[in-house]
Parts: sequence; structure tokens; C-alpha cells
Amino acid sequence: MQFFGGSEISPSPPAPTQSGNNAHMMYIFNRNGVCLLYREWNRPLHTLDPQQDHKLMFGLLFSLKSLTAKMDPTSPGKGNLGVPQLPGQGCSFHSFRTNTYKLSFMESPSGIKIILLTHPKTGDLRESLKYIYNLYVEYVVKNPLYAPGTPIRCELFTTNLDQYVRSIA
Amino acid sequence: MAAIYSLYIINKSGGLIFYKDYGSAGRMDTNDSLRVASLWHSMHAISQQLSPTVGCSGIELLEADTFDLHCFQSLTGTKFFVVCEPGTPHMESLLKVIYELYTDYVLKNPFYEMEMPIRCELFDIHLTQAIQKDRVALLGR
Repeated sequence: MQFFGGSEISPSPPAPTQSGNNAHMMYIFNRNGVCLLYREWNRPLHTLDPQQDHKLMFGLLFSLKSLTAKMDPTSPGKGNLGVPQLPGQGCSFHSFRTNTYKLSFMESPSGIKIILLTHPKTGDLRESLKYIYNLYVEYVVKNPLYAPGTPIRCELFTTNLDQYVRSIA
Repeated sequence: MAAIYSLYIINKSGGLIFYKDYGSAGRMDTNDSLRVASLWHSMHAISQQLSPTVGCSGIELLEADTFDLHCFQSLTGTKFFVVCEPGTPHMESLLKVIYELYTDYVLKNPFYEMEMPIRCELFDIHLTQAIQKDRVALLGR
């Protein structure tokens, strides 16, 4: 996979070179919008307090999903804008890009949402998010001490996650 | 199969001022297109708030399962966005061309009122040409 395009001049920030890490942060939400995990690697700008930030992120994804479901130009019958949809139903999205970051998004059939923010020049991360989901299944879901719907506090998961994110970005 | 599905222009307060459909299945009615436009306006603003670094100017490209959405925001806050097939190239330059047409045929039209829906025949004609030309350019490649 290619993560960096050519070296063109643009208003985007320079790719951080220390430790070769260009991932900014990651969120995991469950289907009720509870933030199960928030990891931050490189985030110089905080505009909101953490709770508001998580709510805003979940709201953005929710609304973008209803937008893409309504906009889908390939299917004729789509219902009204904002009609509730199950995970996997309707047209979803997998990433968006601004001049300062790229957000990659994955939703599992059970409604777990994994969000990774990286440098805008990062390539397609769909496979990486699947791998992270596998890590989640292995180290969180299979952990007998983990109660579903509560914030993730599994050391093995976070160390493996950190290691993996460092290797992809 | 159309490479470009639809084009939207929204003013700086999120109101839809131009919408054209180029053959998407189940086209949207007027109310839905207005809703979608203002929803996009707010999503664009929220994405700036969530940026991890300073200087974010909103979503430029949204990659959905069945389409790509390219957005261009002018310095005055007018947003242009096209919905096209996934992986369609040259959309940034097409948006710049559309912006030029907008400045030439809409803003320089003395009968056009700012922030109001666009009803300019010359703009329509040149827009149709630009989008066709782009299609031709795609075919020739």
C-alpha cells in the first residue's frame, strides 16, 4: 500500500517525520454512540472537551451516513433523509479527506464503528481498519473480563493497536 | 453510464442556489435537494472543528460506497460539489472550471441577486458544454 503521494506543494501540513507516525487519533464507538476507546497520537489542536468531541464525531458520522444513503445515485428507492438504518443497510462511506486530515471509517455488522484520522496523503485504509477490528475481536471481545458497552481497558489491545498503527502510518 | 451524477452550488449560509441532475437513479425532489445541501453545509463546518491540526478548510472529497463527492469552497464561502462515479479523475479541475463559469456568467450578470437561486441561461449553456467536454476528455484518455 502506498501512503504518500508525490511531493506537491499544498497548504496541507508537513508529514511528521519523528518515529514515522502520521496517525492523529482513533475512535471506537458502539452502536449506541458510546465511545469505547479514544486514542490520541498526534493532536496539537483541541477545540472541545473530550466528551463533546466524541459526541460531535459520532454525530458527524451519523449524519454523513444518512447523507450518503440519501444521495446514493445508483438505487432508486431510498426513503426520506435521516430515516433510521441498520448497519450495512443503505449506501455508506469509507473515508473523507480535508486539507489537514483524512478520516477512515468502518462499521461492523454489529454496529461497532472504527474511525482513524491520519495525514491527508494516506492511501486506502480499509484493510487496516479490518485488521484493527480483528484486534478488537481478539483482545477485547474474547476477554472474559470485558463487559460489552463499557470503555475498553485492555492493555494487550492498546499495545497491539499502538504497534500496528505505528507500522501502517 | 454517466460519469457525473449531479452538481450542487450552495451559498455561504447553506442555501441551495443551483442543482442539476445528470442521470442518477431515483432523482431527488426539490425539498430533498435543499435538505441535502444544508446538511452538507453543516457537515463541512463540523469537519473543520474536528481537525487535529490548525488551518482546516473542510471536506474536499467524500468517498462513499457507490459515489465520490468532490467539494470546492470559494473564498467567499460558496460551495460547489459534484457527485460522480467512484474514482473519476479531474474533478478538482472541473470544479475550478465551474467556479470560473459562475464568476463570469452569474456574478457578472447585473440581474443576478447575490445568494439567490441561479437562473442564468448563459451559465446553463456553458455548464452543459463544460461537463460534456470533460466527458470527451475522459473518453479520449
